[in-house]
Amino acid sequence: MSHIHTRKFVSADPEKCVGCSVCEYICSFEKEKVFNPLKSRIRVVRLNTIVNMSLSCRLCEDAPCVAACPRDALKQSETTGIIMVDEDKCNGCGWCIEACDYGAIMLHPDKKVVFVCDTCNGSPKCVEWCPEKALDFITKDVLAQKSRISAVKKLFQETLKS
Amino acid sequence: MFGYAGRILRINLSSGKITTEPLKEEIAKKYIGGIGLGIRLLIDNSRPGIDPLSPENLLILTTGPFSGTIAPTGGNGHAFVAKSPLTNGVGEAKSHGFFGAELKRAGYDAVIFEGKAEKPVYVWIDDDSVQIMDAKHLWGKSPQETEDIIREELGDYYIRVAAIGLAGEKLSRIACIINDKTRAAGRCGMGAVMGSKNLKAIAVRGTKDVPVAKPEEFLEFVKVLHERMKGPATVKYRTLGTPQNVLVHNSLGCLPTRNFTNAVFEGAEKVSGEYLNMRFVTKIIGCSSCAMRCEHIAVVPEGPYKGTMARVEYEPLWAFGPHCGVDRMDAIIKAIDLCNYYGMDSISAGNIVGFAMDCYEHGILTKDDTGGLDLRFGNAEAMVKLTEMIGRREGLGNILAEGVKRAAEIIGKGAEKFANHIKGLEMTGYDIRGLKTAAVGYAVSFRGADHNRHGAYALDIAGKVDRFKFEKGRSKLVIEIEDLYMIIDSLIVCKFSRGVYYKGFEDLAKYYTLVTGIEMTAEELKKTGERLSNLARLYNIREGLTRKDDHLPIKVMTTPIPDETVSKGSYITQEELDFMLDDYYAHRGWTREGVPTIEKLTELGLEDLAHIVKGKL
Repeated sequence: MSHIHTRKFVSADPEKCVGCSVCEYICSFEKEKVFNPLKSRIRVVRLNTIVNMSLSCRLCEDAPCVAACPRDALKQSETTGIIMVDEDKCNGCGWCIEACDYGAIMLHPDKKVVFVCDTCNGSPKCVEWCPEKALDFITKDVLAQKSRISAVKKLFQETLKS
Repeated sequence: MFGYAGRILRINLSSGKITTEPLKEEIAKKYIGGIGLGIRLLIDNSRPGIDPLSPENLLILTTGPFSGTIAPTGGNGHAFVAKSPLTNGVGEAKSHGFFGAELKRAGYDAVIFEGKAEKPVYVWIDDDSVQIMDAKHLWGKSPQETEDIIREELGDYYIRVAAIGLAGEKLSRIACIINDKTRAAGRCGMGAVMGSKNLKAIAVRGTKDVPVAKPEEFLEFVKVLHERMKGPATVKYRTLGTPQNVLVHNSLGCLPTRNFTNAVFEGAEKVSGEYLNMRFVTKIIGCSSCAMRCEHIAVVPEGPYKGTMARVEYEPLWAFGPHCGVDRMDAIIKAIDLCNYYGMDSISAGNIVGFAMDCYEHGILTKDDTGGLDLRFGNAEAMVKLTEMIGRREGLGNILAEGVKRAAEIIGKGAEKFANHIKGLEMTGYDIRGLKTAAVGYAVSFRGADHNRHGAYALDIAGKVDRFKFEKGRSKLVIEIEDLYMIIDSLIVCKFSRGVYYKGFEDLAKYYTLVTGIEMTAEELKKTGERLSNLARLYNIREGLTRKDDHLPIKVMTTPIPDETVSKGSYITQEELDFMLDDYYAHRGWTREGVPTIEKLTELGLEDLAHIVKGKL
């Protein structure tokens, strides 16, 4: 059984993300064979020119979206942690949208049911296409490791140069 | 249709009537989109001789066939076309960002704004629903404030907005149209045309898919372009950015300094791309769907303009910097920010400040005229202050907002000698006295003084030709790039990406077919480029422009470069210009007066416009 420590999700590095939305285009194409950011499972936020970041499902432990669904339309995979939507049960009521702190689960513009990142079966297209390599498919533990390493690199940049 | 939405939206702001009409495939292929389609619509839908700021002028907004797809740089473009209040000829300006893609998703290849609203309005395009909304509360607001207010009141934070600022409202002829807060359709006074229609903003939400004819092959090609965009063809834009030009131009003696008095700037190091990136650039960002990153966002870290944030490119940096003799980067960034805030073309604004300084240095303007401003070259704070006055049309700024040509006429006293413009559009940052291939491109450019209509400076600067001497046949090189640029601006791919289409027309033709499914060969596309170049010329001829309008600024033709540099002594005589024009017209297949012949028009499929040239051949 999967564990929150081993679940990989798509994470954007705000230092690298420039808000170009290539991830949105490739996601909508991969999933629905169309170019339409509104059908993308990952979404870009540009607060101002220098603050950009993409967001998608973070595969929370005991995902609040699943708990919030009154129709049991959402399930979290025990093996991968991804959220699975039963489109027959979902009626687009939006409780899950309200429950998600990251805006990662959204109402589909045509189908009127919710949709969310499924990590492309473990090889997310957005990560493959990101021109900035700002996206990582990564576990929370490795994310922390990388942050620690880059913090220490910054602290000791002079030493590392020599 | 694939790529294209297949629809043109027509909005009459006088009557409030809103209609749509189909875009025929034949027209799409013949005029592509962007400025090509825009110019054709302008010719067909307006009568000759109108005042550009009257309700009779049209403001035409177009997307390209790639807009709304993942095509890098092509996915996000849009263009504005109208009769220019600066030149009385074709006015056009492109912009990128997110707005164009949204408009395509709303289902439009073009929007034609006709007439004039009785009071300030904005247009709200929500897919098929189009409404004219009250904009009283937006009047006087900056484009950035306008975007925030519209998103808030319409209740959707992903709505894309293109808006004018105070400059456009006050009909400043150098007003631009800003989208996505920081991007501008800058040149030719398109913002003034929008302001003359009482149209404050265009807000768009598009939710439709943009289908592509051959998606798998298209994506494969896009992937190739992504790889090329990480390579040498775009390295300049991704590293130092266009401000890299400052030191290059300075070393070649072609950096116009103090309003084209000098071609070398002693303060160049302090306004160089190297210095900008080291001290001011905080982040390099990108447009929707692009795989390059070119937008160098600079933040002023200290001093009187601390905290000012703006995107910096070579042209505005040059205009407010070397052109005004100013070597303070913080002041330059502030002036660019003011242009975004008031909604003005930063190239034209900086050019005009330099002009005013030149007039001041020559006693044509005094402190009585400037409101006490000491307008000597190099006074950074006076430069910023005057930029603001132009934006607000206050004091001297009210005259200068008419553009450099008209301002010189109003000021009189010989001021026109210092007005650096072609056809009424302000000069850009290339000292063409020593760039003679570029000079012919500038002279014949249908939108007036501009480097982006021909890119011929590249041949001079790279040393591929003798830049101090123009020989017979050189025009062929200029024409080739002009026609390519027509296609680039009609597809609306970014000019910064021009180097990644390794096979030129062949790559672009393939790209076009993959998206639209419309068969297009390299030869056909090249011919289309020529057709569109001729089309723009036809519009200008219809509006009364002639050979004498293919001129160069007076300084360029009277004052040799004085500096101790490689270009010393170089300038362009009337005789030389005549030689250039004769050569250019001959290679275009035009008459000695620069009029396309009936044979040429027939060859290009423009015979239905032959009436424009009749009596002029």
